[in-house]
Amino acid sequence: MRKFISIAALASTTFIAAAFTGSVSAEDIAITGGRAFTNGGSGEVENATILVSGGKVTSVASGGAVPDGYRVIDASGKWVTAGFMAADTTLGLSEVALSGGIVDASAPKEKNVVGISVVPAYNPASVFIANTRIEGVTRAMTRMTNTGDMFLGLGAIVKMTDRDAIVQDKAFLVLDLDEGSANEVGGSRAVLWHKLNDTFQSAKDKMDKADGDKKDAKRPSANDMAFKAVLSGDMPVYAIVNRKADIEQLIAFQKRFGLRVILGGGGEAWMLADMLAAAGISVVLDPTANLPGNFDVLARTSAAAGRLHAAGVKVAFIPPGTPNARLVVQNAGIAVSMGMPWEAAMDALTVNAAEIFGVADSYGKIAPGMDADIVVWDGDPLEVMSSPDAVLIAGDDIPLVSRATKLRDRYKDLDRAPAFDR
Amino acid sequence: MKNRKFGWLRAAATSVAATALLAACTPGDGEQGEFVDIDRDPFPSSYTPLPSDTTLITGATVLDGMGGMIEGGSVLMEGGKLVAIGTDIAAPDGATVIDAAGRWVTPGIIDVHSHLGVYPSPGVQSHSDGNEVGDPVTADAWAEHALWPQDPGFIRAAAGGITSLQLLPGSANLVGGRSVTIKNVPGRVSQDMKFPGAPYGMKMACGENPKRVYGDGSRGGDFRPHTRMGNVAGYRQAWADAQEYQRRWDKYERDYKAGKDVLPPARDLNLDTLAGVLRGDILVHMHCYRADDMGTMLDVMKEFDYHIASFQHAVESYKIADKLAEDNVCSAMWADWYGFKMEAYDGIRENIPFVHKAGACAIVHSDSASGIQRLNQEAAKALADGRKAGVDISKAVAWTWLSLNPAKSLGVADKTGTLEPGKDADVVLWSGDPFSVYTKADLTFVDGAVIFDRNNPDRNPVMDFELGQPGEGDVK
Repeated sequence: MRKFISIAALASTTFIAAAFTGSVSAEDIAITGGRAFTNGGSGEVENATILVSGGKVTSVASGGAVPDGYRVIDASGKWVTAGFMAADTTLGLSEVALSGGIVDASAPKEKNVVGISVVPAYNPASVFIANTRIEGVTRAMTRMTNTGDMFLGLGAIVKMTDRDAIVQDKAFLVLDLDEGSANEVGGSRAVLWHKLNDTFQSAKDKMDKADGDKKDAKRPSANDMAFKAVLSGDMPVYAIVNRKADIEQLIAFQKRFGLRVILGGGGEAWMLADMLAAAGISVVLDPTANLPGNFDVLARTSAAAGRLHAAGVKVAFIPPGTPNARLVVQNAGIAVSMGMPWEAAMDALTVNAAEIFGVADSYGKIAPGMDADIVVWDGDPLEVMSSPDAVLIAGDDIPLVSRATKLRDRYKDLDRAPAFDR
Repeated sequence: MKNRKFGWLRAAATSVAATALLAACTPGDGEQGEFVDIDRDPFPSSYTPLPSDTTLITGATVLDGMGGMIEGGSVLMEGGKLVAIGTDIAAPDGATVIDAAGRWVTPGIIDVHSHLGVYPSPGVQSHSDGNEVGDPVTADAWAEHALWPQDPGFIRAAAGGITSLQLLPGSANLVGGRSVTIKNVPGRVSQDMKFPGAPYGMKMACGENPKRVYGDGSRGGDFRPHTRMGNVAGYRQAWADAQEYQRRWDKYERDYKAGKDVLPPARDLNLDTLAGVLRGDILVHMHCYRADDMGTMLDVMKEFDYHIASFQHAVESYKIADKLAEDNVCSAMWADWYGFKMEAYDGIRENIPFVHKAGACAIVHSDSASGIQRLNQEAAKALADGRKAGVDISKAVAWTWLSLNPAKSLGVADKTGTLEPGKDADVVLWSGDPFSVYTKADLTFVDGAVIFDRNNPDRNPVMDFELGQPGEGDVK
C-alpha cells in the first residue's frame, strides 16, 4: 500500500510540475486566423497572426506568416483579446472567507497598516485563481478589505500564474472613506475627514523636514515610505467612497495634497462625472450596483459606467466577489446593456485597468513588447454564453483545468463512488 | 402518501350550522362547547390585478415555458389571462397590438428564493427583518409580517422580468419560518401582493448557518445546535413534536364528534406550521448545500412522512442528482456562485444542467437583490456551460428552469409559469434573445397589466422611500 501511494504521489508531482504556469521559458506560439482586438475594444485586426516568444508578443499582423518552430493555435472564426483584469478583488488573500480559516485580506485588529504590503500574504495556489484564469481573466488588483483603521494597506497587481505572480507590489495605498470606516474612526465622518487631512498634513510636514534636514539619516519607517510615495505622486491612493458629498471631500483632499487618486466603489460618482474627469480621477465600480443599499448610495444606477465614460472618466470594473472574479466580464456586458459603448467596456477590462493601476507598460494591449496575456474566445467575449478556448498568460498556454472542472468531470456521469474511479 | 385525514380542519367548521350538525349526532347527554377550529388563512390575500388592456403581441420568438418555441409567434392576453398562443391570432376589437419582430416573449420569471421586503434596501439595521434568531426552530415566524412593500428591489426585479417570487425567512435557524409567495406588483400592505391561492412554504436550513449562529457561544451554552448532528436532532425533535401536536388535535376532533364536551389542545403557533407541513398543506423549501446534508434530509423526510419541495442553493446537487430525481425534490440553484464558505466550496458551473440531465427538477434562483434582476443571464450561463460539458439542452427547454419548475415547486403551476390559455397573463417581452447579456425586458406583464416599461420610465413605479431622494425615477 505504501508503495502504491508513493507511485501515485510521484505521478501527481509530475502532473503538477507540468501544470505550473508563469515560467520564464515560455514556448513560441502563433495565434492565427482570429478577429483580434489589440487595444481594448479597438485596434481590430482581421485574420490576425499574433506571434508570442519569450512570454511577450513579438508581432501582430493581419495574415502574417508563422515562422518555423512556432506552435499554432488556430483562432479561425474566433475572437481574440488581451487577458482581462478584475480591478478590485482579494484574490490570493482569501480562500474560504466564512468560517474557513484565516482571511489575509482582513486584519481587523491592526491599526497601523499604512505601509503594510499584501504581497507576503499572497497565495497563488488559491483555487479561485485557476477558476478565474480559465475564464479569460488573467490579471487582478488585490487588496485588504478590512483593518482597524481607515487605511487598508498597500495593494498589489497580480497575474493569475502559479509563479512570478506579482506584477506590481505596493501598487496603491488603500483608503476606506466610506460609512463603515467613519464608524470605525471616531464614529463620524467629521472625525474621519479631519483625521485623514491631519494625518496627511503631518506626513507631509515630516517628509519636508526630512528632505530639508539631511542629517536626520534615520531609516524611514514603512509608513513614512508609503506616505512619501503617495505625496510625491509615485503611488496612487485607492479611495473607497460612495456618497456624492463624500466624493466632493475626496476631490478637495486630492487637490490639497496633489495626489493621484483612484475612486473605488463610487456609488454616486456619476453625479460628479465632470468634476472627476477634470480632476483626473478614475473610477473603479461595480456596474450591477443599482440599489440604495444604504444612505451613501441612494443614487446608484447601472447606467453609471456609461455616464462616467461619456464625461471622459476612465472606468474599470469590480467583479461580484473574489471566488467569481471571472464574472467581471459579465459585469462589463451589463454595463454595455445599460448604455456604455462595447469598446469602452472592453477598454475597462484591459487598457483602462492597466493605466489606472500603473502596469500599462507591460499589460493591457496585444502589441510587440507586451506580456502575452491573450485569450481566444468562442464568441463575443462579453456575452454570457461565450467562453475561452485558449488562455495565454505571459506567454504560457494555460491548461483550461481547475478544481471546478475536475469536480465537473468526476460527476459528469453519476457513479456510486467516483473517488475510486480516477 | 400525505396524511389527508386532517383535511376537514381546513374547512371553516366554526359556523353555528356545522356545530349544530355535529351536536345533533351526539348521543351524549352533556352540552358541548362550540367546536374550535384553527383559521388557516388569517392574513388573506387582498391582491387585485391592476387594470389591463387586451394585448396582442405579434411576430415574436415565443418560448412557451414548456419546452416549445414558436418563431413569428403571437400571444393574446385578455382580462388578465392568457387567451391564445400561436402564429395567426386575430386582434380582438380595441386590442393593443405590439409588433415584436426581432423580440422574444417568455413566461414571467419566478424567483423561488428572494429576501426582498424582509431584507430590503436600504439594508440598514432597522430593516434587518429576515432571521428570527433566538431559537433554532421558529416555524411561528412568517415572512409576510416583515414584508416591506416599499422595497425598491421589487421594481428592479420587475425590470428583470420577475412576475412572481417567494419571499423567505433567512437561514440562521433550523426552521426559519413561513415564506410567502407574491405577485410582483406594488402594494400598500403585504396582503396586497400575496399570490391568491398560493400555498404557504416553510424555510428550513441545513449545515453551517444554524450551527454557526447557535454554536459560537454568543447565545450561551444552552443553545443547540453546535454541530450537524445537533442540526438533525433539532429537525427530528421538531417533527416529533409536531406529530404529537397533530395527534392531540386529532383526538380532540374524534372526542368532539363522539359528543364529548372537550377542550381543544392549547394553540402552539410553532407547531401549527410544522403540523401544516405534515398535513401536506405547507411546502418545505430547505437551504442545503452539501450532497450528504441533502441525503440525510431525504431520509428525515421519509421518516416523518413529509415532502421537501425544494433544496435551496443545492450547490452539490450534481453529486446526487439521480437521488433527487427519484425522490422528486427540486433543486433551486445559482448558475455559478460558490466558494464563499466550506459547504459552497465544491460548486461547479454545470450544476444546473447536470441536475436537469439526471431528470431532476432544476430551478434558477437568486437569493440576491442584484441577481434577481438577471436570472435570464444566469440560465444562459448554465445552459452554455452545460452544452460545453456535452449536455444538449435547447433555450426553450432551459426556460423551464425560470418559470415552470419554480411554479411547480411553489404549488402555483396551475396558475402561472407557462404560456397556456387560461393561465395568468404573467409575461415578459424581451428586447431580443434573453440568453444574451445585452437583452433587457422591454415590458413585464403581471395578470396582463404592465408593471414595467423600459421605454417609458416615467410610467414605472417609484417606491415611497425613493421619493425626494437623489436618483429618484432614474434609469436603474
